[in-house]
Amino acid sequence: MLVAGIVGYGAYVPRYRIKVEEIARVWNKDPEAIKKGLNLLEKSVPGLDEDSVTIAVEASRNALSRAGISPEKIGAVFVGSESPPYAVKPSATIVAEAIGSVPVMMAADLEFACKAGTQAVLNCIGLVDSGMIDYGLGVGSDTSQGRPGDALEYSASAGGAAFIIGKKDALAEVEEFYSYTTDTPDFWRKEGQEYPRHGARFTGRPAYFKHVLSASKGVMEKGGYSPSDFDYAVFHQPNGKFPLLAAKQLGIPKEKVLPGLLSPVIGNTYSGATLLGLAAVLDRAGPGDLILATSYGSGAGSDAMVIRVTDRIEEKRDKAPKVEEYVSRKKHVTYGEYVKLRRKLKV
Amino acid sequence: MAEQGSIPLIWRRYPQRYRLEGNKCENCGTYFFPPRLVCPNCRRRGSLTKHVFSGKGVVESYTVVHVPPDEMAGQEPYVLALVRLEEGPVVTAVVTDVDPEDVKIGTRVRLAFRRISEQGESGLVCYGYKFAPEKGF
Ligand SMILES: [Zn+2]
Repeated sequence: MLVAGIVGYGAYVPRYRIKVEEIARVWNKDPEAIKKGLNLLEKSVPGLDEDSVTIAVEASRNALSRAGISPEKIGAVFVGSESPPYAVKPSATIVAEAIGSVPVMMAADLEFACKAGTQAVLNCIGLVDSGMIDYGLGVGSDTSQGRPGDALEYSASAGGAAFIIGKKDALAEVEEFYSYTTDTPDFWRKEGQEYPRHGARFTGRPAYFKHVLSASKGVMEKGGYSPSDFDYAVFHQPNGKFPLLAAKQLGIPKEKVLPGLLSPVIGNTYSGATLLGLAAVLDRAGPGDLILATSYGSGAGSDAMVIRVTDRIEEKRDKAPKVEEYVSRKKHVTYGEYVKLRRKLKV
Repeated sequence: MAEQGSIPLIWRRYPQRYRLEGNKCENCGTYFFPPRLVCPNCRRRGSLTKHVFSGKGVVESYTVVHVPPDEMAGQEPYVLALVRLEEGPVVTAVVTDVDPEDVKIGTRVRLAFRRISEQGESGLVCYGYKFAPEKGF
């Protein structure tokens, strides 16, 4: 049992959306097949003045509002992302400077495909639990891109969430964790390459499902939980279909997954995905509720966490915008506008 | 605001650009942004302390920019506004995440952290404050 808990959380999703139909129209694909097959309707698109750092800062400011602590008390900032604006120069220092946590603190960027966000949070849990720091900020934030015309283009989106970990006044306790990691080449991008490559059908069973199911079963066995103990379950969501299939195999009903399933309406926010789903669940969960949250990062690994909501959720929840408010704030763009926003056009 | 000048100059302004850090005169209660070295009201009797602005404000006046400076090319048309912060000072800044026709005098805004400009493909990214509508943030 860990003593560290979540003292604040915050979300951010950019304003722009592109519909599956609009992308499919350009590539002469059948939108209904994609919508049905992947359970995707539309995805978020960042504005021209946004990147994974600005998203991380917005989410972190929301987390600070809920935590109600002075930013100088944060002793560590970890930013997980696979789309940092710089190849060399940390994003975490920009985030720390922007929220006012510098200079007496540690900071680093983490990279592990879509798992870097939960890893950032786990690092903070370890440091807080050991007593090395009082508060830590873990962020998952991405503005991910798929090659134009690739299947990933329907899902790769932008968004992020931030969690402040501490011991005092937690709105949720982290009761248990379990990580499961192997070397699995399901997805990669080499230095200097603009878009990632993926192992097509290789991404499902030996990659996503093996790791998500092993970590989820592992954390239940380790902490003595059964699937029926959970009021909510959040899984990494590369599309709208995989999390529901994973839940089914674990014996967790669909209704417990839907509140944290955002990919159908905002796409796959990569490092932000599991944390944004968890934030959406915390937006509505009540004291005593038990949450299972399991991430997945290609390459490959999963972090599973069991989280128990405390009484403090009620007083903190309304201190920052909820995920649903960001999801429903939207402006649709055409494929042409999307190409401009995503800087896919070389001029 | 559009960034100009050298890296040291940009870097020195991170506290004000990144998190709206200004100051307040403890003698007369006036807030300043950007921060002042001396309170113009109290001079030597003044006592300035650091103040991080809440970022809440109201649009007092604005213009829609159709011909932007090079480093903001592509973002036009955008709204450049005079925002009255709740503590008093007026800041000139871009209002983002909004269609220009939806900005009015009196529109309530909140602080946003954004890319302001980029010193070319390989250059520094300059981050800083913009404002976004408070309603529907
Ligand atoms: Zn004075």
